[in-house]
Amino acid sequence: MSDHEGEFDKATGKTTTGHSWDGIKELNTPLPRWWVMTFYLTIVWAIGYWVVYPSWPLVQSYATGVIGYSSRADVAVDLANLEKIRGGKMAVLGAAPLAEIEKDPALLALGRARGRVVFGDNCAPCHGTGAAGAKGFPNLNDDDWLWGGTLEQIEKTIQFGARSAHAESHEGSMLAFGRDGMLKKPEIETVANYVRSLSGLPTAKGYDANAGQKLFADNCASCHGDAGKGNPDMGAPNLTDNIWLYGSDEATIVETITNGRNGVMPAWIGRLDPATIKALTIYVHSLGGGQ
Amino acid sequence: MSFWSRHQIFEKNSIVLIVGIIPVIAIGGIVEIAPLFYLKSTIEAVEGMRPYTPLELAGRNVYVREGCYLCHSQMVRPLRDEVERYGHYSLAAESMYDHPFQWGSKRTGPDLARVGAKYSDEWHVTHLSNPRAIVPQSVMPSYKFLAETPVSTENVADHLRTNRAVGVPYTDDQITNAVADLKIQADPDNGDTDALLKRYPKSVARNFDGKPGLPTEMDALVAYLQMLGTLVDFKLYNEKANLR
Repeated sequence: MSDHEGEFDKATGKTTTGHSWDGIKELNTPLPRWWVMTFYLTIVWAIGYWVVYPSWPLVQSYATGVIGYSSRADVAVDLANLEKIRGGKMAVLGAAPLAEIEKDPALLALGRARGRVVFGDNCAPCHGTGAAGAKGFPNLNDDDWLWGGTLEQIEKTIQFGARSAHAESHEGSMLAFGRDGMLKKPEIETVANYVRSLSGLPTAKGYDANAGQKLFADNCASCHGDAGKGNPDMGAPNLTDNIWLYGSDEATIVETITNGRNGVMPAWIGRLDPATIKALTIYVHSLGGGQ
Repeated sequence: MSFWSRHQIFEKNSIVLIVGIIPVIAIGGIVEIAPLFYLKSTIEAVEGMRPYTPLELAGRNVYVREGCYLCHSQMVRPLRDEVERYGHYSLAAESMYDHPFQWGSKRTGPDLARVGAKYSDEWHVTHLSNPRAIVPQSVMPSYKFLAETPVSTENVADHLRTNRAVGVPYTDDQITNAVADLKIQADPDNGDTDALLKRYPKSVARNFDGKPGLPTEMDALVAYLQMLGTLVDFKLYNEKANLR
């Protein structure tokens, strides 16, 4: 048992802790002096920290510290510096008309570089990292444009979106011809085959081409055009180029005609600043299909 | 006993140690916790925050139940790269109706504090059902079953009441109409959304999952995701007055 008083250990010249565990005694070795000093130093450091940085709560507010540090002020400074690092060129880009940017190699390079980064952060989830799209989300590398592929048209699409909540958004909907009873199942199958034939795809056996053409002219041509070339004002896709947003097989086209398709692109104005949208426009236009 | 050995008094007497610990912890608590309840600068004054609609709250419950917070944060920190990528840094006021908050601590997936209105409903539904259909490199699990699971409406009002008990200012009117509000927000074609909009300004009523019929958990979750970070009007927000 312990006697609470240390005993002198001859071998080491130190005292024991005074405890004995089953006859085992422990030397009372103090923490190294350097360790203890470092510990006290951290306490002194903390007091200095209180003075320099925001720390103690007070009655009305909190002690802001002598250097007045604020993470929110810091980020504002960082963002301003970022603009400086970019040489103030984003402001120039934001002010320049799109056509002029195309002619200025330096601005064009900036727009593409900035646009590429912003695309990765904001557009890639839908359109893919390489802008190749996915089912229902358009490929931006080809020259097939739902809402037009000129610089101005691309900028407008990014700003206001398609079928978005914004008042100036692109509008135009593919009706649900089957669900809403405008066409019957066999009619939809016929016109689906006609649509396939427009892109040179094989049609089903026993399909009536004349009936398909008539159905198309009566129901589809008002948006997609008599020849099925589409209309960018209404977001009606070109049906003759064998580029398909949802799929080209008969079943998918029947589904499209039956239930309609109304893909939504959100409006980016407000979320992204005008210069960034311009950079994005330049980038998307440069992907390969810009008109 | 030298001064440097006095600590042994605490270490050798458990009662003395307890008596010593209590004031130390109490000081820590008073200094770190108590001011949060009286300092006005803790939660900044903003325009636009409102409690969740019943559908959004149901979606939020799905979000918590499925553990989305384990991989997604809801906290844009005041750092340049985060503000560049996600938008304005998060404000304390933006999670004042969250019980518990969903700030998270790890980003296997991206931050979701400002995901609202960033993508289309269709994107969310497709992505939640099969993430790899549109984001090939994604490691997110599939939540396809949400589209087939109707939202449980029997305890919607209770959820509002529970939130009220912990400080969310739901009115009696909102609690009485909870089930009706939930249904109309996911199916605005079959009724009038004016009352919903009046009770919850800036709420958006849509058929979020694109399917007719009863609201599903997909409707609820997408409704919740689509409103995240959209309430505060940053045009009216005084940046300079809220530096900290």
